[in-house]
Amino acid sequence: MSREGGYIQMDKKRRDFLKIAGATTLAGLGGPAVVERLVTGTSPAQARAGHGEHPVAHGAKTHTAASGHEDNNAPTGRRLGMVVDLRKLRKQPELMEKIVHACHAEHNVPHFPNKKDEIKWIWRTKFENAFPEHSDYYKDKLTIAGDVLVLCNHCDEPPCVKACPTRATFKNKDGIVAMDYHRCIGCRFCMAACPYGSRSFNWRDPRAGLDMNHINHRFPTRMRGVVEKCNFCAERVGLGKQPKCVEVCGSTKAMIFGDLNDPDSEIRQVLKDNFTIQRKPSAGTHPSVFYIV
Amino acid sequence: MFEKALKGNKYYWMWLAFLGTFMAIAAFCYVRQFNYGLGLTGMSRDVSWGLYISQFTFLVGVAAGGVMLVLPYYVHNYKAFGRITILGEFLAISALLMCLSFIVVDLGQPMRMLNVILHAQPRSMLFYDMIVLNGYLFLNILCGWVILTAERKEVKPPKWIYFFVYLSIPFAVSIHTVTAMLYCGLPGRHFWLSAIVAPRFLASAFAAGPALIVVVALILKRVANFDVGKKALDKLATIILYAALTNMFFVGLEFFVAYYSNIPGHIHTIEYLFFGLEHDGHVYNNLVPFMRMFVLLFVVGVALLSIPYTRRQSDFWLGAGCTALFISLWLDKGIGFVLGGFVPNPLNEITEYYPTANEIFIALGIWAMGFFVLTILYKIAIGVEHEIEA
Repeated sequence: MSREGGYIQMDKKRRDFLKIAGATTLAGLGGPAVVERLVTGTSPAQARAGHGEHPVAHGAKTHTAASGHEDNNAPTGRRLGMVVDLRKLRKQPELMEKIVHACHAEHNVPHFPNKKDEIKWIWRTKFENAFPEHSDYYKDKLTIAGDVLVLCNHCDEPPCVKACPTRATFKNKDGIVAMDYHRCIGCRFCMAACPYGSRSFNWRDPRAGLDMNHINHRFPTRMRGVVEKCNFCAERVGLGKQPKCVEVCGSTKAMIFGDLNDPDSEIRQVLKDNFTIQRKPSAGTHPSVFYIV
Repeated sequence: MFEKALKGNKYYWMWLAFLGTFMAIAAFCYVRQFNYGLGLTGMSRDVSWGLYISQFTFLVGVAAGGVMLVLPYYVHNYKAFGRITILGEFLAISALLMCLSFIVVDLGQPMRMLNVILHAQPRSMLFYDMIVLNGYLFLNILCGWVILTAERKEVKPPKWIYFFVYLSIPFAVSIHTVTAMLYCGLPGRHFWLSAIVAPRFLASAFAAGPALIVVVALILKRVANFDVGKKALDKLATIILYAALTNMFFVGLEFFVAYYSNIPGHIHTIEYLFFGLEHDGHVYNNLVPFMRMFVLLFVVGVALLSIPYTRRQSDFWLGAGCTALFISLWLDKGIGFVLGGFVPNPLNEITEYYPTANEIFIALGIWAMGFFVLTILYKIAIGVEHEIEA
């Protein structure tokens, strides 16, 4: 009797505990975001940036805001970005091939001959495909002849991150939009959301498209049924290295990588000295990849 | 009450066996897909959602359509819908089961499905879709079952149930609104990026759902000796007619915005769907026959429901009109809307989508499963009605 009573009581306690735990978890998941939003009236990402670790950069922010270009406001903190110099790539198309190949080898991106199964992180395409909103009329010879390298833009306002129902794709503090292949449920909402077509899906076992004797053991292969894309070589950047594509370009400086928020960085210097364009700026995603045409 | 589903004549069992066959084939095909991956479908990097998600989208509408019976009956006390309302509630249950199945078969990693709850992302529209779809499913099961049980005991339903009945009305609207938001909030997909997607979805839902109910009611009149009444059918036909016309009005507005503004991104998909899109000297038009059929069947359906003779004097023509409209709206939303949105892709390239046999059989099997559940639920509901009358 008492024993049974004990069980019942324990059961009740346990149930109460679970109820509280459940409620707190829910509150913990949504609560802070909601509160933050209500209090500051900004999205969490902006709010975080507002607490700036770099007072200098914060000053820069107020300055640009005052000059009336709030939309192009560089957020504070680190924001990794890239400049692709098409002038240099055009001169050596074989370099583009080398870059694509090196990236795909580095990240064990499988090769499938059937276009339906295709997976790509960085690839060559025509100018009008990379920039469909630019005028096609009377283009100069160089633009017609030369290809463009396209990759994930690591947007400052990534629609894929918003769309993902499991936070399997997320934005790092340094601006890299990354993927957790072990959490992705393969709903492909992010692929519909990406305005750049940067995402690929593993329609079949990716290892079937890899030479398993020559894979890079420092980077995981994926399983079927998950989405993947360029990760700005987060695994290399974390070790203080440059992304693979930038490394392959080497002294040609056809691709430059660095912190967009650091006014003294090389990439900022390049952006200051050259006219650059971004892919589909009208989508409001604020891409971190810039092109010198 | 479930025992009512276990007694039936030989046609009842033959029908269930027929549906069961398709379900078994689909189960086999799904095992194949589960073991190989979604590469067994016709989807690709460029058309990353196919038949599964388009069926899901359409069926959310069928589920929401049930509210066109619930609302007049419970809110406006429209007595003529007394016998037909339960058909709407039970249709919603089976349509939602189909929706959820279509989502699951579309997942690349279905075993991780619960991540949507475990790692919930409240900024994702899919999160809210999960909540409203499951909520609406629960509400319909609860309301349908409690009210039917009360009817069987020939007592009034308990008062508390009306809270859930009324709650189910905004839920019905929300399931299709949130499903529309899956599409219309995405930057860079011009065809979907339109504020009229949600109203258009609702309009087509309020036509497609009731149209299916009319067809089923006419069948039940013949095979199950269950008559919902002429007045109810006639009122439903009016609702279907207005909703279908509203949908077409919204489609027309999309045409106007695209062609009058002359913005290429807005024109491309409409061009691809209805006329064929030329690209690098090749015309891509594999969805054109479907979309033209959508318009044709719409005209036929509206005509049959408008002409007094075909609508009121003949069950056959009323059924034909509703079938035409149901198929028409299926072509519009269950084929054109989702598949068309991926053409052209964000890089202005065109990849056409052709579903594979494996994929089609899985989709057919899920439809069969929905009708299997629907048959059983209707069998129970009608069994109860007959019991009261006897």
